[in-house]
Amino acid sequence: MSSLLQIEKLNFSYGDLKVLWDVDLTVNQGEIVTVVGSNGAGKSTTLKNVSRLVRASSGKLVFDGQDLHALESHQVVERGIIQVPEGRRIFSEMTVVENLRMGSFVKSTRPDREKNMERVFTLFPRLAERRDQLGGTMSGGEQQMLAIARGLMGNPRLMLLDEPSLGLSPLFVKNIFDIIKEINRQGVTILLVEQNVLQSLRISHRAYVLETGRVVLTGKGEELLRDDRIKKAYLGA
Amino acid sequence: MIVFLQSLLSGVLVGGVYALIGIGLTIIFGVMRIINFAHGDLLMVGMYLTFFIFTLLGIDPFLSILVSIPLMFLLGAFLQKVFINRVLNALPQNQILLTIGLGLVMSNTAMLLFTSDYRILTTSYSSGSVSLGGLSISTPLLLSFLITAAITAFLYWFLLKTDIGQAIRATAQDRDAAQLMGINVKRMSVLATGLGAALAGTAGALISPTYYIYPQVGSAFTLKAFVIVVLGGMGSIIGATMGGIIIGVTESLAAVTPFIGSGLKEAVVFLLFLLVLLFRPAGLLGKSRM
Repeated sequence: MSSLLQIEKLNFSYGDLKVLWDVDLTVNQGEIVTVVGSNGAGKSTTLKNVSRLVRASSGKLVFDGQDLHALESHQVVERGIIQVPEGRRIFSEMTVVENLRMGSFVKSTRPDREKNMERVFTLFPRLAERRDQLGGTMSGGEQQMLAIARGLMGNPRLMLLDEPSLGLSPLFVKNIFDIIKEINRQGVTILLVEQNVLQSLRISHRAYVLETGRVVLTGKGEELLRDDRIKKAYLGA
Repeated sequence: MIVFLQSLLSGVLVGGVYALIGIGLTIIFGVMRIINFAHGDLLMVGMYLTFFIFTLLGIDPFLSILVSIPLMFLLGAFLQKVFINRVLNALPQNQILLTIGLGLVMSNTAMLLFTSDYRILTTSYSSGSVSLGGLSISTPLLLSFLITAAITAFLYWFLLKTDIGQAIRATAQDRDAAQLMGINVKRMSVLATGLGAALAGTAGALISPTYYIYPQVGSAFTLKAFVIVVLGGMGSIIGATMGGIIIGVTESLAAVTPFIGSGLKEAVVFLLFLLVLLFRPAGLLGKSRM
């Protein structure tokens, strides 16, 4: 398997507060890789570094053989790394269709716009029903669907999903994880950040456990599910 | 009754130009969260530009916007790239100081170059009027309103239907999320400031046949633009359009109301402004699609 994203010895601080310590993480082509950990462990910060919303003080960030350090956020997106941010962050005063159009703002993805729109409407029939509704007027679950659909509009090679199950009803949570699996099956590599350890480990090929900014454990998804430390700390068993 | 209708009509016509000024300010605010206190001075630059294109080249002010729109766009884009871009993450007071400073530099440069003399741009139709159902409409005012309406309609189409227009709205709604869509938000900021300056300059061009042209003319318009934008809801383009018309009509009606008159019409505007701030602090529209 060839590695698509390689993070090595990533260090990052918000001002005086150091949040990432020598983080090493690899995502191979075709995988679902999950980063689990509690609040404030540095999961989102890791994703933000990949998306260049924040800039690390040191460390290696390589995507498909290319160094990401010199790139701006929008250039990272042009290379096929698409983040679905925490809290959904859909454009609340824009319609569903307008949100989706923004997902294919990058010029090279515009020719596929109609095709991709059909594809996401098949994946999320609910969005098709609400195509002209303003994003902000939809329920949390629908907004999460829209956020993921919007990400798919940009032909992602690597999709970064930040807490997609946060704040959703249990029924919806199951639904979201099924969808992530389906997207992966269709060929999109996925780096997932989650607090829902059980569900996310179940669908992951590999996973990393982040604690106070350090990788403390890594392994295959199902292995980690059986790991005593994980059971104690995250699964309440 | 006829006086009322007459004032109402001319209020709407003037309000159209006010709307143009307000829309420019609100687009800049929406995308960068910076209030451009040099907005009126950009309008002043537009007035002088029109004046000189008219007196030196003999090109009609309403025609010359074809030249002044791109020139003003470039000026706005330049100001954003060289100055405003540097204070995007600065404290609000620093941002305010910067844009006020830019305005002062513009108005004082104009004074240095063109002296503080009042200038008048007189066209063949400056004092002409058209009569419509018993009402008489000033020709330059009517022409400027028609052009304003066309520009506003084009702008709405641009912002609602084109990719770049939608990207400007997306950036205004959520800057980080916009970046994650591959939108170059720095470019959107340059574009928004260019657009804002072009609109202010166009407004300047459109009022040049009916207003005195002098270096300090901008400050009154900066204040007016600010009132219009707050009235409609900061960042809302539809709000600014409404706000402009409302201010135009309020001024115009106040001027013909007994005991108020044109001397106090501004006071009525600010009274209205205070009332909106008190009872609808988010503006008349609050959040809106654009």
